Amino acid sequence: MGATEIIIPSNLELSKLDQWFDQRFESKMAEREAAHTPSLAIIATKGTLDWAYPPFILASTASALGWDVSVFFTFYGLELLKKDLHLEVSPLGNPSMPMKMPFGPQWLKDINWKIPNVVMAGIPGFEKMATGLMHQTVKNSGVASIQELRSICIEADVKLVACQMTVELFGHSREDFIPEIKDWIGAATFLPVAQKSDVCLFI
Amino acid sequence: MMNTPATQSLDARGLNCPLPILRTKKALSALSTGDTLAIISTDPGSVKDMQSFCTQTGNELVSTNANQGEFVFLVRKS
Repeated sequence: MGATEIIIPSNLELSKLDQWFDQRFESKMAEREAAHTPSLAIIATKGTLDWAYPPFILASTASALGWDVSVFFTFYGLELLKKDLHLEVSPLGNPSMPMKMPFGPQWLKDINWKIPNVVMAGIPGFEKMATGLMHQTVKNSGVASIQELRSICIEADVKLVACQMTVELFGHSREDFIPEIKDWIGAATFLPVAQKSDVCLFI
Repeated sequence: MMNTPATQSLDARGLNCPLPILRTKKALSALSTGDTLAIISTDPGSVKDMQSFCTQTGNELVSTNANQGEFVFLVRKS
């Protein structure tokens, strides 16, 4: 592209031109910002019940704010797009996870059960139990279920895209996934989306 | 529920983040410009979230009232 030649009249005061430019620039930028739709790109890589929340909470909330949202599900994150969600949570090796009873009298609910890893690892079905307790806690606290948040995202036109490589790597079948998946893509397709987005999160 | 008559009301009591905002968004989309929506919630986080939601979406947060652990918002659709 050739540069445009600007002829500046010799009697023009450059300081006035600077002032005019500053004002014009400010108003143009404000105009542009007002017309801009913010965008969010999330890379969702975790497939447990606890880690299923951040991508869906952020995606549904951003869509409610009127943002354009894309979520790229890769590796274990693909579990979040299955027709039948069987997400589980493991307190094993997760010292930050409170282990509290979601029912019973208040004194019982208040106890944070410090269960040693060796015990958690040794009890068959411990994860099933922890998952059941988390479902109950979620319900008691009025927190949405993953199904509900996912439906809201779909309704709000959040672009849910899945990693093709992971499907092959883990031997998944496309029939196991919800039909609302917009596309099956690779890193090279999602990165340009992430590049153009205002907010990009790896979860 | 409140003195100002709203076009529609939404009961978001017992719901936690981000559901009050998501339900508000849904309820607003069914209304016309100038209509008002009264939202009642028990989530303390919804106070700041509702302000931010209205700023971002250009809807007007007419009022916020807290009363015994319940929050009442009046939003006018833009």
